[in-house]
Amino acid sequence: MYAFTYQRPKTVRQAAGLIAKNVDAKLLAGGQTLLPTMKQRLASPPAVIDLAKIEGLAGIERKGRTVVIGAMTKHADVGTSAIVREAIPALAALAENIGDPAVRNRGTIGGSVANNDPSADYPAACLALGATIVTNKRKIAADDFFQGMFTTALEEGEIIVKIAFPLPSKAAYAKFPNPASRYAMVGVFAAKRGSEVRLAVTGASSDGVFRWTAGEEALRGRFSPKSLEGLSVPADGMISDIHGSADYRAHLVGVMAKRAVTTAIGK
Amino acid sequence: MTTVTMTVNGKSVTANVDPRTLLSQFVRENLRLTGTHVGCDTSQCGACVVHVDGRAVKSCTTLAVSCDGSSVTTIEGLAVDGALHPMQEAFREHHGLQCGFCTPGMIMSAVDIVNRKGNALDEHTIREELEGNICRCTGYHNIVKAVEAGARAMAPGATSIAAE
Ligand code: FES
Ligand code: FES
Repeated sequence: MYAFTYQRPKTVRQAAGLIAKNVDAKLLAGGQTLLPTMKQRLASPPAVIDLAKIEGLAGIERKGRTVVIGAMTKHADVGTSAIVREAIPALAALAENIGDPAVRNRGTIGGSVANNDPSADYPAACLALGATIVTNKRKIAADDFFQGMFTTALEEGEIIVKIAFPLPSKAAYAKFPNPASRYAMVGVFAAKRGSEVRLAVTGASSDGVFRWTAGEEALRGRFSPKSLEGLSVPADGMISDIHGSADYRAHLVGVMAKRAVTTAIGK
Repeated sequence: MTTVTMTVNGKSVTANVDPRTLLSQFVRENLRLTGTHVGCDTSQCGACVVHVDGRAVKSCTTLAVSCDGSSVTTIEGLAVDGALHPMQEAFREHHGLQCGFCTPGMIMSAVDIVNRKGNALDEHTIREELEGNICRCTGYHNIVKAVEAGARAMAPGATSIAAE
């Protein structure tokens, strides 16, 4: 790891001020992605701004038909939260399956969403559930937030404060994990709210998380795995690596989508 | 340099460290607590697991400066007055180790599992929960047995094996 200066702001305002002065600085949340990246020298920020001492950034609240999760809330806390388990069990299950227990004890939802790794789990949940990402400056709909691999709508000096998830009527996440890294080879989050159906796919596309609109359309008629029968996703633009070819991943999207819908209607 | 103050195994320590110092480096090199091992240094193997504010974390993927104000427990902090912790005793009793390299992390993770999931753990739960701890020697079988027995022995009122 290269040397950096380290700052521990006490408020979001201070953090925003620091990052505005140094646009190459990195915000540190749980560090479960940033630190390994820095250790491999794939990132060498001149400054690290640690969000750990900012009060009020972690916590889970139910507000009517919405669950609001603070950006610094750890995966373990989302996974075991009574509120999340009751309101959006699919989201709790997703969080409980990220990485391993020690990683879940430090990694945060805000960090995961801000990083937008093409194989991360949370972006799929945000997109499928139609979440709103609340920053220190504005509210961003998930549809506008994720803009391609490691790219988001976040502007310089913009910090995620919390994420609001509207309650679905049915939802489930099905993940085919890479057996070594536990990242999704392909993960599909299926959600239904009223007549709206959303299928968000992570791990598959080199553009990062995306909605499988043809699948959504088919499910709008009848929310059943049968509706997806015979549908396929083009292999164009899918990630191809030692873990799986583009064709394989495209095929997995269909398989995992069916599994997600099966689980969703089973609840 | 950044000043960091934390409680390690019940003792308060303050140090001036280069901010890039990992918690694993800090406990091993600054505090000379070499029971915490570094296997992969890439957050996969779990040899470096310690507890920060009561929760298991990978110390190779945590900055020491991020633990300012926290309470850290390493494997050295488990035994009380020279008597092994029930989980340590269970690893000895069930031969839950061969070379021992992964053992500190296994035990710290195991204690964390008990803290979260209670004293009656089935094999499936233990195997799932040890996801982030890799052992190159044992084939896990005896580790799983040790964790199950250690979990029972940690129950309030259980007679520890050591006391028998
Ligand atoms: S040394 Fe930290 S996980 Fe392997
Ligand atoms: S006992 Fe040798 S690595 Fe586990």
